[in-house]
Amino acid sequence: MPATSDTPKGHQISAADVAKVARLARLDIDENKIEKFTHQLSDMLSHFADIDTLDLTSVEPMTQAYPLSNVLRDDTEMPCLNREEVLAVAPAAEDGRFRVPPIIGLD
Amino acid sequence: MSENNADAGLPNGWQLVVGLEVHVELATKTKLFSASPNRFGDEPNTNIDPVTLGLPGALPVLNKFAVELAMRVGLALNCEVKPSTFHRKNYFYPDLSKAYQISQYDQPLNVDGFLDLPGGVRIGIERAHLEEDTGKSTHFGGNTGRIHGSDYSLIDFNRAGVPLVEIVSRPDIRTAEQARQYVSELRAILVAIGASDARMEEGSMRCDANVSVRKAGDPFGTRCEIKNVNSIKSLGRAIDYEARRQIDILESGGVIRQETRHWDDSDGRTHTLRTKEDADDYRYFLEPDLVPLAPSKEWVEAVRLALPMLPAARRERLASATGTSPESEAVFVVVERGQDDYVLAVGEVGGDLSRALVHVQQAYAEEPSEPRVPASDLAALTRMETAGQLTATQAKAVLADIVAAGGGDPATIAAAKGFEAMDTSEVEKMVDDAIAAQPDAWAKYLAGEEKAVGAIVGAVMKASKGKADGKVVTAIIQSRR
Repeated sequence: MPATSDTPKGHQISAADVAKVARLARLDIDENKIEKFTHQLSDMLSHFADIDTLDLTSVEPMTQAYPLSNVLRDDTEMPCLNREEVLAVAPAAEDGRFRVPPIIGLD
Repeated sequence: MSENNADAGLPNGWQLVVGLEVHVELATKTKLFSASPNRFGDEPNTNIDPVTLGLPGALPVLNKFAVELAMRVGLALNCEVKPSTFHRKNYFYPDLSKAYQISQYDQPLNVDGFLDLPGGVRIGIERAHLEEDTGKSTHFGGNTGRIHGSDYSLIDFNRAGVPLVEIVSRPDIRTAEQARQYVSELRAILVAIGASDARMEEGSMRCDANVSVRKAGDPFGTRCEIKNVNSIKSLGRAIDYEARRQIDILESGGVIRQETRHWDDSDGRTHTLRTKEDADDYRYFLEPDLVPLAPSKEWVEAVRLALPMLPAARRERLASATGTSPESEAVFVVVERGQDDYVLAVGEVGGDLSRALVHVQQAYAEEPSEPRVPASDLAALTRMETAGQLTATQAKAVLADIVAAGGGDPATIAAAKGFEAMDTSEVEKMVDDAIAAQPDAWAKYLAGEEKAVGAIVGAVMKASKGKADGKVVTAIIQSRR
């Protein structure tokens, strides 16, 4: 997360960054908690920033905690879930489908 | 390869710049990360499982055959197959119940390829990566049945998790025609390698166009992404419309806003998609439930070796065997139907290849890629034509009967139809009679009016009841000149 211009001194991120991330994640955060989370997240980022100071040229980049790759399955069908059981626990269903609120609009 | 400076016909020196993103559903039996069926047209929400629905605790496991098909796509497009990873693309939209799509981000499976258009223009392929398809939403209420103004939507998750390859071209396309050629050639390749049925009308192949305009030589302009293009024809229309819309804005002093626009086939325009703020901020991060995909060199080579001959090579082969241009309509049509091997087989059993090509193009439209008519029957027909025993018109009539019956001896059918070759001396007499009967036409012809010969030819054809061979008649007339 790049620091924005309104980032207070000593902070890796700003309150505005925290509010934006919360909005993207659909998290409803109280105004008074934003300052608290800004501190906590900045502390975490500072910790990772410490790693940047190390010489890691000899360390292989790692994308996974386990030394595994190519975990694959055969292209074979298995039984499906029962539609009526699944739809019965959905908030709303209609005509064999999940019913959801309207999404977006066009001009 | 020389620079692609094809002219899109835009006014005032504007140049069109297009890049295409094509999504294709892979022809697997099951989904990308789970074992429910990948099948179009089933009852809604019958092909669902815990992974498809994103139920808590469900874990994705990658489909090996989907990987193989994705590699076929990459290799057929001259890409390099690389070690790759999967990311979560996070967004809230009900056609993906997990609130993220698993896709490939900065380490895609296939990179840096190209596709050559039939005319020789080379279009770069930036990447071809694996990702999962979304569910299908249908919008209700409001007044249009489209997203706009709907009251609610119904979601069918059968398509969610179906394996997709997204093929991203470089912005190398300069005309709407090139865009159409690109999609059409790509489709032919995908079908030939068995990766997808690539049916735009069923949505198993979908195309988004990034369109911008610039003055030749300038840096790229701001682009708009056009979605909802459902046919190759619409693609051309959408690109042409969008280019003119952008030029109008720029020429009236405005600026282009980078945005996603929705093509409406019914009004022939693109419309702004009003999305929520930050909708493009996907907060990608590595999918912790999947490990990297790094196909071994042996696997990649095995897939490469198993690739069939691609459409461009098949067109070249057929064109050179039949003495035709690889860009001729007949060659395109016959290769698209997969009947090129059949035409070549007609040649192998002593048939005339160029006649066979035209006959197959014209008479075999309803036949499968392996036509029912034995190659030897068509070969025999072309030999009768070459020997002057049948005119072109008669040969067509005989072939129509053979195709309808799934085979037959052309000599027997021709005899039954009363198609007997005319003696040349008989035709010569008819030509002389026709010339004598129409001195005016003949005089005009002799005076250099080539069209006037039509009356003479017509009279001969009438006198012979269509049995005379037009080429023979013309040759005799010329000899009398």
